[in-house]
Amino acid sequence: MRDIQGYTMNFGPQHPAAHGVLRLVLEMEGEVIRAIDPHIGLLHRATEKLAEQRIFNQSIGYMDRLDYVSMMVNEHAYVMAIEKLLGITPPPRALWIRTMYDELTRITNHLMWLGAHGLDIGAMTVFLYCFREREDIMDMYEAVSGARMHASYYRPGGVYRDLPDRMPQYQPSKFRSKKELDKLNEARSGTLLDFIEDFIDRFPKAVDEYETLLTDNRIWKQRTVGIGVVSPERALNLGFSGPMLRGSGIAWDLRKKQPYAMYDQVDFDIPVGTNGDCYDRYLVRVEEMRQSARIVKQCVQWLRANPGPVMLDDHKITPPRRVEMKGDMESLIHHFKLATEGYIVPEGEVYAAVEQPKGEFGIYLVSDGANKPYRIKIRASGFAHLAAIDEICRGHMLADLVSVIGTLDIVFGEIDR
Amino acid sequence: MSEKLRKLAEKVEARFGDTLTRLPSLSFELSYEVPAGKLREVCVALRDEEDFRFEQLMDLCGVDFLTYGRDEWVTEDATDTGFSRGVARELPKSEPNYDRRFAVVYHLMSITHNWRLRLKTFCGAGEPPMVPTVTDIWNSANWFEREAFDMFGILFEGHPDMRRILTDYGFVGYPFRKDFPISGHVEVRYDPEKGRVVYQPVTIEPRTLVPRVIRRDHRYMDRMLTQADNIAPEALQTSREKSGNA
Repeated sequence: MRDIQGYTMNFGPQHPAAHGVLRLVLEMEGEVIRAIDPHIGLLHRATEKLAEQRIFNQSIGYMDRLDYVSMMVNEHAYVMAIEKLLGITPPPRALWIRTMYDELTRITNHLMWLGAHGLDIGAMTVFLYCFREREDIMDMYEAVSGARMHASYYRPGGVYRDLPDRMPQYQPSKFRSKKELDKLNEARSGTLLDFIEDFIDRFPKAVDEYETLLTDNRIWKQRTVGIGVVSPERALNLGFSGPMLRGSGIAWDLRKKQPYAMYDQVDFDIPVGTNGDCYDRYLVRVEEMRQSARIVKQCVQWLRANPGPVMLDDHKITPPRRVEMKGDMESLIHHFKLATEGYIVPEGEVYAAVEQPKGEFGIYLVSDGANKPYRIKIRASGFAHLAAIDEICRGHMLADLVSVIGTLDIVFGEIDR
Repeated sequence: MSEKLRKLAEKVEARFGDTLTRLPSLSFELSYEVPAGKLREVCVALRDEEDFRFEQLMDLCGVDFLTYGRDEWVTEDATDTGFSRGVARELPKSEPNYDRRFAVVYHLMSITHNWRLRLKTFCGAGEPPMVPTVTDIWNSANWFEREAFDMFGILFEGHPDMRRILTDYGFVGYPFRKDFPISGHVEVRYDPEKGRVVYQPVTIEPRTLVPRVIRRDHRYMDRMLTQADNIAPEALQTSREKSGNA
């Protein structure tokens, strides 16, 4: 047989399986990968530097754009860091709303991941199924913040506003029959909470549907079982977190171990894998969606029963209500100061971490007592995961690389920042 | 400070003694400064010893303290001429022997004991700033150190692959340093004559919409003092003076 020469191959940055702008330089030996050198940074926007030039609240919107499929969870970490330095705690209703939206976000993220991962290795249908449910969560985002993706909904001291009493409905148009319209609006006839509850009730069935397509699917298993195995020791040393760590059999979840918001009040389980391969991580994430639905259900029940403020009343930090501003001198001054100068955050440093759908997302915030942060470091979970791709893929076939990229659940908004 | 964190602090201080200096921190965090020369020794001990078990390095980042504590607008004196929106943008000169400009911050986490620790090490005077690598202790440090090098120009001695990571191919300068302007030095545009994209000096100037303001807010005056409860106020004062922002 003739000798096959090893060669270098370029993958991306415009490859559909590269999940954004990933460029890999692959050292191949036939069809076997010998080494990978990822080139990242094509989406680098210097978010951390930009945040240094702006007052604290102006950077909340940047956080949405980091991991742009789990928007509100990123905001949560940033807002938490500021709150910790200020020494304030938002009212309980705000924390419950945050818990609920964090979990809804986890579901959207996992739906996006499952759809794209499936599509990468040949399962077209599951992509369409996932986007069907994802659409409803986008509507929930829109109902509460006005934006379908980049919400800027969490603020230091609470959330921007309370949940709306009416869920927006579809309007009649010449493209939709009356019957179709009524069907679409059926779940949207009540409040936002009604809509969320309705969604959560039908969501487990939808997850069953995805599972019938994939879990016992022969092709799916051939592509994922035994691919990209990471041992627990290596996972720790490589700085893995989230499902990547749990897939390797380590029961670690910040929501349980270092609870924030209202996670110590809700009941849920942490799924853990055994083999640390792509298939186990798939199972972990699917189960996480079910657990998230469980948490959302509990949040809905609490939020129904307990109305209350969703923002702190301390107008040195949170803006006063517009109505008050019209007649009250004090409120007008507060608003003016917040709009022109912002609030100052006392000198110090803090690291605030949340369990983002992808892993640990942390904000290291250094303040020198000014109205702008002195330094922000964003700890993106995907950064550590992608750094390990060389080690995970060595010795695998080229086609398995696509499975591994899928299972890492990488989004370049947060890796490049 | 919680009981657990107090226990960790006691253990750390008993084990490392004077090697580590306690830094002021919020009550739920623990933060130490470690001299660059002892960094690796301390890290190996923190990772391997039963009492600490910091298996994970969650984050590593550089910080540039060049303009720490500097504001752009006088807030303490009154003026009889009115305020100006103009902001003077003069950077303090970086003194060559000033050894506390660049710091590298490590965030460690232990899954066994469920606690976190922050280590800070200053790079010392001179250009380029340098600290030893911890890549062989925690492999996750590899890319984090490359990022710190890319953004701040901090060299990690012994790193296996010290290349830039986030900036463009052929990028010049260290963008996250405080003396690097937000608008950068070059911009790109398409040159129809040459038929390709060319680099040219930037045509925009950075401007400030909201000036940077530091206020001594009485509500926060003693927050750090009371919360870091086993640091005496004098110790905090000296640590502030040491870092040059008293």
